[in-house]
Amino acid sequence: MAARTRYAPDRGLTVRMTATMFLLGLVFVAFVAAIIGIGTAYGASSSAIVLFAVVLGGGFAIGSLFFSDKIALATAGAHEVKPTDSAEAARLHGIVDRLCALADMPKPRVAIADADMPNAFATGRNADHAVVCATTGLMRRLDNDELEGVLAHEMSHVAHKDVQVMTIASFLAIIAALLVRIAFYSELFGGGRRSNDQGALPIMFILMIVSAVVYAISFLLIRVLSRYRELAADRSGALLTGQPSALASALRKVSGDMSRIPTEDLRAAEPLNALAFAPALNLRDPRASLAKLFSTHPSLERRLEELEKIQAQLGQVSPGPRAL
Amino acid sequence: MGFLDSLLGRSKPVQPKLDDLFGLPSAAITLQAATGFTPTGSGSVCFRAVEGATFGDVQSEVRELLDFDGGLPVEVTRDSYGFTWLVSSHMSDEVEALVTDLHAVNSTLVDHGFGPQLLCTVVGFRDAEGRRLALVYLYKRGTFYPFAPRSGPGGGKHERDNALEIQAKGAIGGELRFEQDVTKWMALWGAPGL
Repeated sequence: MAARTRYAPDRGLTVRMTATMFLLGLVFVAFVAAIIGIGTAYGASSSAIVLFAVVLGGGFAIGSLFFSDKIALATAGAHEVKPTDSAEAARLHGIVDRLCALADMPKPRVAIADADMPNAFATGRNADHAVVCATTGLMRRLDNDELEGVLAHEMSHVAHKDVQVMTIASFLAIIAALLVRIAFYSELFGGGRRSNDQGALPIMFILMIVSAVVYAISFLLIRVLSRYRELAADRSGALLTGQPSALASALRKVSGDMSRIPTEDLRAAEPLNALAFAPALNLRDPRASLAKLFSTHPSLERRLEELEKIQAQLGQVSPGPRAL
Repeated sequence: MGFLDSLLGRSKPVQPKLDDLFGLPSAAITLQAATGFTPTGSGSVCFRAVEGATFGDVQSEVRELLDFDGGLPVEVTRDSYGFTWLVSSHMSDEVEALVTDLHAVNSTLVDHGFGPQLLCTVVGFRDAEGRRLALVYLYKRGTFYPFAPRSGPGGGKHERDNALEIQAKGAIGGELRFEQDVTKWMALWGAPGL
């Protein structure tokens, strides 16, 4: 018989995440069908282009997956640290050590980025190559409990294999984007032959339109998926430490600070947003619903709301009878 | 964690393994025969407290339960990492009573659904020369490992007596399930009950 637990999975979140992945898969199938359709209707000339895009896109995806840790560390200007390097490094290692023991997971490498912007990220293609990074600005602003909440969130990303999931999810968008570009340029430069070859215009034009539509849809779906995975990481992190309010307080501190940072710094930090703890953009303006749609992270309000639910769940007087 | 769980971002908290703790009293006898280390009689349970009144109620329930037997009162301390330690002290020949106490803490937390919050249990040993040795039980892995802080005159410097730790593993490694991955042999500087 399984033990009683307070840690019920969030079914609503699971369902929404599954639906998003299903839609992404559906778009992929429709895209493949459309390409095959174009190929059979207009001869084989387009299939070589598609194959080229798939190989190039696949190479790009695999490359970014394998070097994700090195790329992210280099972009953030972070360096790996040993516990003996500094008091800050010892503090970070101490917290990560205990979280690993609590969650029974392999210890990721630990890195510190010398930046005043409070942020943290986790990356690496799998748990054995994972690296967790915090900025000096984050460590200065947060106390131990809050820092632990943030690191638990990042380590949940590692446990959920978010780098792999998001790379696979982005694969389709990468190919679609490549096809748009290839079709556009071949249209541009191959324009002179149009009068001789009647087929060339519709093939490239249709391919470009289809790819652009697929890219737009998959881009939005990826962002939705990313937001759900942030919520899932918040949830797992808060359950691991048992302190949802520490994470909420860290989020408040970090988001408040971030909206006051000048734009130059924000733009410079933009490439890191995909798996960062809180994006370096102020999206809390209620009018910015379009910005919300494109955002990789859920709004602060949404995250705090979910953490409050977890708080209530942990505080139940008797745990739910449902096993597992 | 299964493939589907990681795909859907559902990491389940790891439940603790409790049963191996009862092998400790007989291992203590073997350890004493082989190395001369005797139990100090004190031990502690380390866990991550959950915020809110419910966990506080459970914690006071545990304290009442342990104080009920009329022995030394249970000490509660919070370390700098935010973990809570319950220290139970007995006479040095009462290892079984100590393990029963420690197990009472575990089972109370598990009964209330807080099992995943358990981190480790520490039981202290000492030899005639005053060297200290702790056997640490990791709840999530269900394994033991030794931790021997070197108490030199240097003071403040954190050093481990690795030779002694390996010696202890050699002495009772056959009796208790030891942690094979030495990277999990984490230091517990200043752990109460050591």
